[in-house]
Amino acid sequence: MTEETPFTLKEATMDEIKHLVTDRAIQGETVLLNMGPQHPSTHGVLRLLLELDGEEVINCIPDVGFLHTGIEKNMEAKTFEKSITMTDRLDYLNNLGNNLTYCMAIEKLTGLDVPERAQTIRVILAELQRIASHLIFLATTGLDVNATSVWMYCFREREIILDIFEICSGQRMMTTFIRPGGLWRDVPVEFEEAVRDFIKIFPARVDEYEALLTNNPLFRDRTVGMGVLTPEDALAWGVTGPMLRASGIEYDLRKTNPYSGYEQYEFEVPVLNEGDTFARYIVRMDEMRQATRIIEQALDTLPYGPVRSNNRKYVPPPRSELGTSMEALIHHFKLWTEGYSVPEGSVFVSTESPRGELGVYLESDGGPKPFRVHWRTPSFTNLQVLPLLTRNHLVADLVLLIGTVDIVLGDVDR
Amino acid sequence: MDEKLEIIAENLIQRFSAEKQVFKDELSLSVKPEQIVDVCLVLRDEHQFEVLTEETAVDYWPEQTPRFHVIYRFRSIKHNLLIGLRVPLDGNFPKLPTIEGVYKNANWFERELWDMFGINIEGHSDLRRIVLPHDWEGHPLRKDYPLGYEEVQYSFNFDEIDLRKPYAEE
Repeated sequence: MTEETPFTLKEATMDEIKHLVTDRAIQGETVLLNMGPQHPSTHGVLRLLLELDGEEVINCIPDVGFLHTGIEKNMEAKTFEKSITMTDRLDYLNNLGNNLTYCMAIEKLTGLDVPERAQTIRVILAELQRIASHLIFLATTGLDVNATSVWMYCFREREIILDIFEICSGQRMMTTFIRPGGLWRDVPVEFEEAVRDFIKIFPARVDEYEALLTNNPLFRDRTVGMGVLTPEDALAWGVTGPMLRASGIEYDLRKTNPYSGYEQYEFEVPVLNEGDTFARYIVRMDEMRQATRIIEQALDTLPYGPVRSNNRKYVPPPRSELGTSMEALIHHFKLWTEGYSVPEGSVFVSTESPRGELGVYLESDGGPKPFRVHWRTPSFTNLQVLPLLTRNHLVADLVLLIGTVDIVLGDVDR
Repeated sequence: MDEKLEIIAENLIQRFSAEKQVFKDELSLSVKPEQIVDVCLVLRDEHQFEVLTEETAVDYWPEQTPRFHVIYRFRSIKHNLLIGLRVPLDGNFPKLPTIEGVYKNANWFERELWDMFGINIEGHSDLRRIVLPHDWEGHPLRKDYPLGYEEVQYSFNFDEIDLRKPYAEE
């Protein structure tokens, strides 16, 4: 009853990719191997079609789209405030960064002001999120080279950061804490103490991880000189973020186009010239240290004040006012039923996410729902470089190279 | 807006008879589809806009001419500038020449344009669907494509929906 013919790969099914693989594959000299969407080392649901000559990779063809959830189309059907919850789910390791980018776009279109306390806390949260994301990079890189203790240590630190996010918003990852006009609510009293405790212990921990990997001859053997990306290639392919900075081009959006008060803080942008896997690893480790510096400066200069704008056309009034003020009631009603209407226009706002340049193109037609939202995600652009990096490397190096591009499939597929 | 950007914009407006749109500190020029490859070459070689940051489209259905506006954005790392281009396209069989020869990362951006909007990119080396499965029908980000909820089956439309509903094969 359940008899089926056995699966065989016929010549005809190669038609789709005939123009992408070399002639040797069609003749049968090289092997076409599918590193499928379910794989422990592809950092998500990424499918790679590898053309192998023995163990050496001749070409690798990425096939993305397994995590496509139609976020851009979905956001067109929701009001602006509701669509912020969808931004958390894009690059799911940079939730607050996505929120920040989208809220900055709405603030640019509407001309909302953001109070100083909100800007400082936004910077603290964005840098904590950057540390958390780089910790995942370090953990998965360690796991790929079978240094499982690195993985455990990094996740131990990440738990502290996720607990801090839980103190603020109640959620560990999908916080939706940053709203247009500022933050959702003021951070509780325990926040500052928790962050100070974290930055007290963290630099020593980064030194611990460096001691485990940086001078390790096994790690250096596997990463130095692998996957070299020249600066000309990096610019031609539009690579941004730590990959670009490890190839020698100093470009960090926090320094060149500062946003949310980044110009007040003193920090360095690590730049290396080699462009190989080891350089990218060192750049991300240094970025974690610089992020700690920024958080410390931000905590020291944290001003008192409101955390959300007072513009009642876009920001809901506090519930205590609803019993006494008629205008507050009307504003509350308008915001909860129809939502605020953003004036007509289109903006492009970009921030520096842990992966690169995260940009949002927001176009509004004057209504309560976004007319078009397009996310310029760093992982989508950075993943295009992967076939270039993996030429003439072994399959074992390929695993590390996927890790070093630091993609998040939510970013790639949206 | 930056003075350098003003000068570059004036230069391009004179050479390609483009239209200028300014919003806050962002500059956007409107060009025709045939001119796009030349404009990109000028931007990359003469004004050092080395990076293609974004290539996407907006659908203005039910307006048919122009229905799609394809939006490009270029970044100059040397001068720290950002410039945008807008290309209006017709609704019937929209097509656009590829800028893959000028900026290599336009490859996946243009595949996504084809996949989501149905804009045919002429001269592209590998035009197939990227984020959707290869046998998907339709172009989702168009405005006349439904969002895709399940229709509620009340008693008055029970039979109509029954005909359309995807039942499991026996």
